[in-house]
Amino acid sequence: MTDARLIQRLEPAGLRLAPSQVWGGIRLVPVLRDEVRGDLRMTLRTYDEVAAVVSVKGGLKEPGLKYISYVPHGLVMTWGNRQAEAVYGTQLQAGDGKRLKAGPFSVRLLHRMVHREDRRQLRMLPLHLAMEGFLSLQFGGPEIAWAEYSREGLARGLDPRFESSVPGWASPMLDGALRTFEIHPRQVGLLLFNADVLLSAFVVAHPDDYRALHRTLVEDFYGDLLLQYGFLGDAPEWGLTLDDARVSSLEDLRNEVHRMRQDWADFHGFMAGSLFGASMTSTRVYKAGGFLLQRFHSSLDPAEENHIGEAIVGPDGTLEYLKTYRLSAAQTRRAYLLSQLALCDWHLEVTAERLRTTASDLALRLRNAGFGYLLKDSVLEAAQRKHRR
Amino acid sequence: MAALAEVRGEQVAREDLVMFVNACFSCTGQREFYGDARGQSVSIEFLHQYILGNYRRLYARTLAAGINHFNQAQIILNLLASGSPAEVLDKAEEGALIAAALRALPPQRAFRVLESLRGRRINNRRARAIARDYVHGRANLAFDAVKYRSKLRAAVSHGHLKLEGELGPFLFRGWKKRSFTQPLLETFRRAHYTQEALYELPYTVAEGLAVKHGISREVFLQRIEPRLTAAERLRLQVSAARGRGTPPPVDLGRASLTKLALYVLALSPEVRRERHAELHAALEQAAARVLRRAPSPLQRVAAILDNSYSSSGSLEKRRRPLGVALATHYLLSAAAREYRAWWTCPVEAPLLVSARGQTDLATPLLEALAWGADLVVIVSDGYDNDPPRAVPELTRVFRSKLDPKHRTALVHVNPVFDAEGYAPRSFGAAVPTVGVRDAEDVPTVLGFARFAEGAASLSELEAYLASRVGAMLQRDAEGRQGHDEGRRQDAPLAEEGES
Repeated sequence: MTDARLIQRLEPAGLRLAPSQVWGGIRLVPVLRDEVRGDLRMTLRTYDEVAAVVSVKGGLKEPGLKYISYVPHGLVMTWGNRQAEAVYGTQLQAGDGKRLKAGPFSVRLLHRMVHREDRRQLRMLPLHLAMEGFLSLQFGGPEIAWAEYSREGLARGLDPRFESSVPGWASPMLDGALRTFEIHPRQVGLLLFNADVLLSAFVVAHPDDYRALHRTLVEDFYGDLLLQYGFLGDAPEWGLTLDDARVSSLEDLRNEVHRMRQDWADFHGFMAGSLFGASMTSTRVYKAGGFLLQRFHSSLDPAEENHIGEAIVGPDGTLEYLKTYRLSAAQTRRAYLLSQLALCDWHLEVTAERLRTTASDLALRLRNAGFGYLLKDSVLEAAQRKHRR
Repeated sequence: MAALAEVRGEQVAREDLVMFVNACFSCTGQREFYGDARGQSVSIEFLHQYILGNYRRLYARTLAAGINHFNQAQIILNLLASGSPAEVLDKAEEGALIAAALRALPPQRAFRVLESLRGRRINNRRARAIARDYVHGRANLAFDAVKYRSKLRAAVSHGHLKLEGELGPFLFRGWKKRSFTQPLLETFRRAHYTQEALYELPYTVAEGLAVKHGISREVFLQRIEPRLTAAERLRLQVSAARGRGTPPPVDLGRASLTKLALYVLALSPEVRRERHAELHAALEQAAARVLRRAPSPLQRVAAILDNSYSSSGSLEKRRRPLGVALATHYLLSAAAREYRAWWTCPVEAPLLVSARGQTDLATPLLEALAWGADLVVIVSDGYDNDPPRAVPELTRVFRSKLDPKHRTALVHVNPVFDAEGYAPRSFGAAVPTVGVRDAEDVPTVLGFARFAEGAASLSELEAYLASRVGAMLQRDAEGRQGHDEGRRQDAPLAEEGES
């Protein structure tokens, strides 16, 4: 087991934050990498289909577990000791999965979230990997056939389970922010804040790859807050002040400006405190050479900010790739309820006690969270009657 | 109390005027990197109306301040639209200024102003007189009638002007009706029927007729080459090379500095590297030519030049901020006794510069100050983001703690108009900001910088504008004299270049 490299606590090792650039309500914080290894490269692979069906279990056209979503692009990672020249547009795109015509639309069938295509090449679907992990939490449903659960819930678990999110182009501000953003020469990533709330983090291994992938961020999906907080006013463009008293020569002035830079980095680190430095629960997805691809989620406590994401950790423990998604409050609540149920072996009464509520209230909460199909109709009706009284 | 109000009133007037002149140096109502065209035009239109309503005399005098063509045209139109002033002296000066400014504009822009008179329904006695004087003052009206046909037609019909000879029938009865004795008009008529005649017309007119005759672009460009103006040659370089043809030969030494810089930036890095010596010499020559016209001897100058990604401009103003920075670099290096340049994103040679990276002005500024320059010129759009707003703080502390006696002068030259601030974005109170459209204006705006700093009073500003007005009117009078003499000698059918 390579447990040492599984993320317990997300540490931005080898990364550095630069001062933010603001556009409307969007604040973009560049992530810089001083030491580039150059043995992990990413390229973009675009899909033009209206939807993609990814077979998570089973073959392409066989029955089995499927993940269905709009997938505008995937990432192809290549690794190895030789300098991998994987610059965008220089490689021929091999066929990936199958393309099905469906009337005026077409649908792409893809094999697995992460697919080994060559000895040193891996195709993955960014963020969908993390989302699939999130959707499959407690996916099996009740393990003991308690009387309250419906037959379907017992037989098929949470299937079908769905979540919704917001594409980047739904926010006109994000497009403008990405267009006017000035990419630093050593930049490998970006923290995306909307109304000064961290929505997403994106980090790759090489600056050239980041430059090529920068504008694709508008195609990725984000939490509801991208739209919800988009109606708030503009993010303030703070300026820090220099301390007059400490300056008596040009050298002092230089030091003060350096301090200003450091203050910015610390402050942005603080703003992203719910992600960096927070403890994570991670699972291993794929081991590619010395690189460990994993997905993680934070505590899933409704009282806190919660993120899910995926990361690649290099052989020496550096963070080579990171992409995160901020869960909305409703999404967190759903995950929390499921995890509490699972802790109590899906026993309604015990869980209700743990949550300091009654079984009927818990049943209603489950229904409101969108899991009504797990419970028998009679249980729900009884709970509703009780609630009305 | 009354004295205080007066002082304050004077200060407001000075600030308003400085803001307006600055805006008129830089804004063209076109899209910028951070601002859209709509916001730009609304903002500049408001400024024009505000200044016209409150400071009419100074508004008119701004025409002589060396502002860009777009704003000169706007001022002329706004003045003509609002009737003439009551006082006789003002009236005479304003009329003379409008006429002089119109004559000094490139012909296509001046005719556009006359055409806009119709569009904005401005038709008072003064406007008609201005249009009449301009049209009758043109050296070769037949040429204008061919090259700016619709515009001249609009001006003539709107202003009830009388044209001599065949021009009236040519413009209004249609060129098909008869043959002409005036050679150029006859050529224009014939060019509709024969391909040969087409090559004696100005390029912009011939271009459309060539399509009508189905002449291939290559052949057309090759044969029209002697008729191309310098600006057209420069403009056609890249597109002609793209279409397999050979680009028309161009004398780079004659091109204007900023246009040349923009042309250089449009070339690929490989080409720039190949032709480095040639382009470098041409830019130096152009800079020397600007300085011959407006000498500005400088001592120890440091330039902080912004080549961050935002200097790539917009679709409408491609790479203009970067082009202005490059042109300023050559201009200052020719003007200064000692000169050093710092780019925000270091480049191996100034000619190979490209718009990339973040705006870190603090680091080069510190180096320039450490070098001990006595004038630091910052060419930037005013958005410093690494760290944000570091330059205002840095310069404030530098002024208050390290250089309270103003031994080092700081000037911020900004080619970008910020629509929301009604002025080019500034770096705080310690650095005067001046707008600029072409690097050729840099000597002028460096003279204007002391007003932007707030050191000079309103009366000084008024005196400055009045002196510029005097110089402009004198230049115009001289030009007209020479022009009249030229006309008396029966000038040959000279081709007129766009500027």
